[in-house]
Amino acid sequence: MTFSPELEARFAKMIGNYPPGRQKGALIPMLLYAQDEVGSMTPDLIQEVSRRLKVTPLEIEEVIGYYTMLAREPRGKHHIQVCTNVSCQARGGEELFAHACSRLGLHNKEKSADGQFSIEEVECMGACSWAPAIQVNYDFYYDMTPEKFDKLIDSLRQMQ
Amino acid sequence: MNQPTLLRPPHPLEVRVLTRRFEYPRTEPVWLDEYLRTEGYQALRKALDLTPEALVDEVKKSCLRGRGGAGFPTGMKWSFVDRKSPKPKYIVVNADEGEPGTCKDRILMGFDPHRLIEGCLIAGRAIGSNRGWIYIRGEYRVYIDIMDRAIEEAYANGYLGDNVLGTGWSFHLSTHTGAGSYECGEETALLESLEGKRGNPRLKPPFPAVSGAFQCPTVVNNVETYSAVPDIILKGGEWYAGLGTPRNGGTRLVGLSGHLNTPGVYEVPLGMNLLTIVNELGGGVWKGRKLKAIIPGGSSSPVLKADECDIPADYDSFAKAGTMLGSGATVVLDDQTDMVRVLARLMSFYAHESCGWCIPCREGTAWLKKITQRLDSGVGASKDIDLIDQISNSMMGRTFCPLGDAAAMPAMAIARKFRDEIEAKIQSTQAFVPAPGTRPLVVL
Repeated sequence: MTFSPELEARFAKMIGNYPPGRQKGALIPMLLYAQDEVGSMTPDLIQEVSRRLKVTPLEIEEVIGYYTMLAREPRGKHHIQVCTNVSCQARGGEELFAHACSRLGLHNKEKSADGQFSIEEVECMGACSWAPAIQVNYDFYYDMTPEKFDKLIDSLRQMQ
Repeated sequence: MNQPTLLRPPHPLEVRVLTRRFEYPRTEPVWLDEYLRTEGYQALRKALDLTPEALVDEVKKSCLRGRGGAGFPTGMKWSFVDRKSPKPKYIVVNADEGEPGTCKDRILMGFDPHRLIEGCLIAGRAIGSNRGWIYIRGEYRVYIDIMDRAIEEAYANGYLGDNVLGTGWSFHLSTHTGAGSYECGEETALLESLEGKRGNPRLKPPFPAVSGAFQCPTVVNNVETYSAVPDIILKGGEWYAGLGTPRNGGTRLVGLSGHLNTPGVYEVPLGMNLLTIVNELGGGVWKGRKLKAIIPGGSSSPVLKADECDIPADYDSFAKAGTMLGSGATVVLDDQTDMVRVLARLMSFYAHESCGWCIPCREGTAWLKKITQRLDSGVGASKDIDLIDQISNSMMGRTFCPLGDAAAMPAMAIARKFRDEIEAKIQSTQAFVPAPGTRPLVVL
């Protein structure tokens, strides 16, 4: 399988970052960056990474089972992650998550039928002083309110 | 690379060392040009003229202690690395910031990335290393991109590479992304993850200073710890130590969150009174309410009741008060907070993040979650409070890594200090009787 030239360049550089013979170190970064392009941990992707890093597919499966950001199934185009841990909880994170679910008509870890949105309740994302916080893919949104959330969803829909 | 202003205007009580380049309302990181204009890489130049022993001594003198949570003296940690070992020595930055309440490392990486690079270089020089990694949690892609760009600048200008500033010493540095795991913030689990494996912790000893990344001697420190090093070398360990209290050197970042008027990340000298931090920097409890409790060092630290909070915020004073300074994350809770709900949320976090490697943690966190959710949903009983205590006690000190303790400590503290409140919640829900023929909501 082939990747974009940018990703190929990143991989080429990445493998050199680990000691000789220990290129397995690049496994987790490689999977995550590849997922950004491919969408999820497809069998093709696992085969390809296995070949490049000289690790067995089983070793890759072990890793995929452990890390929450590595997804077996593609997530929505806009993957919405709402933190409800203690700092966000104190400032309305749980209410925000409930609002987000009903607004999108989704339950935790579900994806909309058109593939545009998916939602997940997540643990602390390190934005505690600006709580409640959400992340859409890799973008943070701070000091959220249900009103701000609705506006954000509207603007994301218009991006389509 | 524009980011929203996460900074607050400087407060008169702050002492700005780490954050001295953070004028408000900055949105751009300090890139190399600006860094060089403001004494950037001067400490590295000085360090290159000093012996490794002198560097370690200077850090020892500064009384700098690890800012990631454990508070271990940094200079001592560095001195554990055998510089004469034939193996390569490695520098690892723990930027897997995930302790609930903690949001300081992102500020340092997001606004002053070269400070961290310079700290890594000096640490590398001190232990005779030629290679380092910055392990950043996967969710922080924006900060990974900032660090990558800063590293590129440093390579292009001779601060990193095969010949650092023409000295013939080589030092290479790169970022390494995590992929969603709180456990990988534990140093040995982080090293496993760096090697491309599941983030299960290793048995200690051997400690990373003896056998760390790729089974070589390794220094693992937090972002904030490395970031403090350039100023220590530039201005002297004694100057830095003098900013804090005895054995608790320097300044540190506090991440204020929860029910406050002005939550934010502030820099304070070690030893500032906790109530001063909350009332002055944090602007006091919001909505005119009263303080109920403070979680003073990240979610793993035992909670302090309002009447226990009038203490200096340093490692030793907090230990005396039965809690810990941890990562400097201060979560403030007002008098309307339902402590049972807080407890249940925290326990569901630890149950989710337990890696399952050892039984006391895997089973303990799962049971603590079940019991606290039972209490929270109104079908608990008084004996559950004793059960929390018993389970927590069985976990303490019996797990591979500190995650077990991290779950047990807050559970025990909340169950003991807020027993009345938990009892009251149980009493208030006793009137609930299931309709005939229905099953209870939760079955033990």
